[in-house]
Amino acid sequence: MSTTPETPLDSTREASDLDCTGLLCPLPVYKAALVLAKLEPGSHLRLITTDPGALQDIPAMARQRGDTLVSVEDLDGRQTFLIQKGNQL
Amino acid sequence: MTQTRPTNEIAPLAEAAPRKRRIAIVASKGTLDQAYPPMILASTAVSLGWEAGIYFTFYGLDILHAERFDKLKVASLANPAGPIQLPNLLGAIPGATAAATKVMKKWMTDARMPSIPEFIDMTQELGVRFFACATTMGVMGVEESDLIPGADIAGAAAFLDYAADADVSLFV
Repeated sequence: MSTTPETPLDSTREASDLDCTGLLCPLPVYKAALVLAKLEPGSHLRLITTDPGALQDIPAMARQRGDTLVSVEDLDGRQTFLIQKGNQL
Repeated sequence: MTQTRPTNEIAPLAEAAPRKRRIAIVASKGTLDQAYPPMILASTAVSLGWEAGIYFTFYGLDILHAERFDKLKVASLANPAGPIQLPNLLGAIPGATAAATKVMKKWMTDARMPSIPEFIDMTQELGVRFFACATTMGVMGVEESDLIPGADIAGAAAFLDYAADADVSLFV
């Protein structure tokens, strides 16, 4: 994995990583939710996708779950999302 | 003597607990291609933090049938969008359904998509609620012991009771 997003947050150095390269819906959202479930609120997840729907899906996932999408990087069909876990119900 | 308390002395109601969003899906078809959408939507919904329930009715009950759920097929007949483009006359020949099914399974494997049995495991582990249609069981002679574990046998009233509190309801 060569992509490291430039982010303004120092805390992202401790982000968990999830590489969903090659996976289609619903797997990136499904796998991201499994990882997020294990994180503390405020922690970060760096998610890599190549699913053409991910640019719509991952922001929608963050909105629905109550997480914060800190940054999105789209480079040659490969997206890197930085997600900060919110306080879920 | 009874005294009526002024309303401004009544303790305020506790704030209602935040409610999770909910999706209620009817799965009415028993072909491999039609089994995927309910599973994809339900697994996504719970990943979003929603509650999800699927009501398996008529041919859709095969998705919960322990001896059939891993043998669902794609119709080669009257399915112009299917994996094998055949005139209906040829779609009826023996082996055409098996061939169409084989192609779709290869598509799914190549795309690293879970199989239907894998989706059943994923959704059950995430707490998706499964309803098995009681009328279908009666009409088609399906016993509770024929079904995979974890499904609630229920009729339309029970599903509507669940769906009445849903934010999204879909019929597949």
